[in-house]
Amino acid sequence: MTGEDTKHLPLEDLHGAAGARFGAFAGWSMPLTYPPGVMKEHLHTREHAGLFDISHMKLFEVGGPGAAALLDRACPLDAGALEISQSKYTFLLNEAAGIIDDLIVTRLGDNRFMVVANAGNAAEDEKHLRALAADFDARVEPLDRVFLAIQGPDAWAALSRAGIETGSLLFMHGVEPRPNWFMSRSGYTGEDGFEIGLPEADARDLIAKLLQDERVQWIGLAARDSLRLEAGLCLHGQDLTPEIDPASAGLMWAIPKEVRASGHFIGADALRSILERGPSQKRVGLKPDGRQPVRAGAALVDADGNPAGHVASGGFGPSTGHPVAMGYVNTALAKPGTRLFADVRGTKIPVDVTSLPFTPHRYRKG
Amino acid sequence: MANTYFTEDHEWLRVEGGVATVGITDYAQEQLGDLVFVELPEIGRKLAKGDTAVVVESVKAASDVYAPVDGEITEANTSLSSDPSLVNSAATGDGWLWKMKLSNESQLASLMDEAAYKAHIG
Repeated sequence: MTGEDTKHLPLEDLHGAAGARFGAFAGWSMPLTYPPGVMKEHLHTREHAGLFDISHMKLFEVGGPGAAALLDRACPLDAGALEISQSKYTFLLNEAAGIIDDLIVTRLGDNRFMVVANAGNAAEDEKHLRALAADFDARVEPLDRVFLAIQGPDAWAALSRAGIETGSLLFMHGVEPRPNWFMSRSGYTGEDGFEIGLPEADARDLIAKLLQDERVQWIGLAARDSLRLEAGLCLHGQDLTPEIDPASAGLMWAIPKEVRASGHFIGADALRSILERGPSQKRVGLKPDGRQPVRAGAALVDADGNPAGHVASGGFGPSTGHPVAMGYVNTALAKPGTRLFADVRGTKIPVDVTSLPFTPHRYRKG
Repeated sequence: MANTYFTEDHEWLRVEGGVATVGITDYAQEQLGDLVFVELPEIGRKLAKGDTAVVVESVKAASDVYAPVDGEITEANTSLSSDPSLVNSAATGDGWLWKMKLSNESQLASLMDEAAYKAHIG
């Protein structure tokens, strides 16, 4: 990707005015941090409310009489079983059951669904869905929206003060509160919060109101990453790839039992055979001993020095106060409490396999 | 009388009696963001200019800090083990990284003074 191809957020001017430091991510120039810095931004989100510009992510509307059938083919999903406004975490799978992308699908109406896709995969996802749509009476429409996340215990109150009531919306539900708006109670931090897709002019108006509230601060991509890692949430491209299947990733909870047994999604046969023999590697939490972070790509070995797996995501957890990581290890070594060693520039750092998340989820489920 | 020098890699050196105290500049710590770990060098280690002396780790990434000149490590700032954020709060003071005995003082001539460094970072 050359510099000229870099995409810019529609609200880049607001981030610049807020003193953001920018960096490249998934082909976009993104605000990485604001003047308070990643540590304070992270903690602010857990204590109050963080405002994130996630317009690099893509919203697609999938509609038509065959919309549910299309989604059931592309994803291990029973889209027709979703209630209206219900959201579901799911994946686009390839024939080998590898994860092309992880998505959130929300049912908006009888034959209308909202699909939220990752920035780096949006173009490929669109191509994939459109190719499949030819076999169904369905259309795939990318939406031109600003996409904001407001996350943290004060998120609902700050939205309320800005004139947006969220009282009846529960975790993993989404609605269209205004024309061309999509708002779901969801996020990528482990906190209660909302993600709102809306036209640019509406977004500027909403942001101005939200930032009048001292509980609300801009939060950059660096803290978004440390928040999601503490919450044990996967980043596609690191923790999930087209070579990793949902069973190895420990994400089978996202696939309903009937769909596992009899779904006709792409990759169904491959996934069933993986489940039959058991995945050879599993995603686990990793807690490094001491203060030194272990990073993505670091090799893991067992006590005897045999290869054990690798670190997929790693950094420092500002809320936990210690380094945190996730990785893939041989299934026999995936039990919490297993001691492994990460190779960091030639030094073997002890790491313990641990259950996820590192910080408890605080979703509003009822 | 101590003389302070700067490198293009955003390090500073304060030289007194043939020993340099080395750290990263305020500009560098700002670029790196909140530091959470500093991998300190062993005392007695001999370094050539350009060798990695220290690794500083922020929440997000690890970055090498290079030896700005040849020399031998005489001291490491062990207070960074318990409080790496000193590099952020006092990059050119209590957040120094290591001290080294210079083996070739003539190398200092190729480094920048403060005015040149300020021009370098614009």
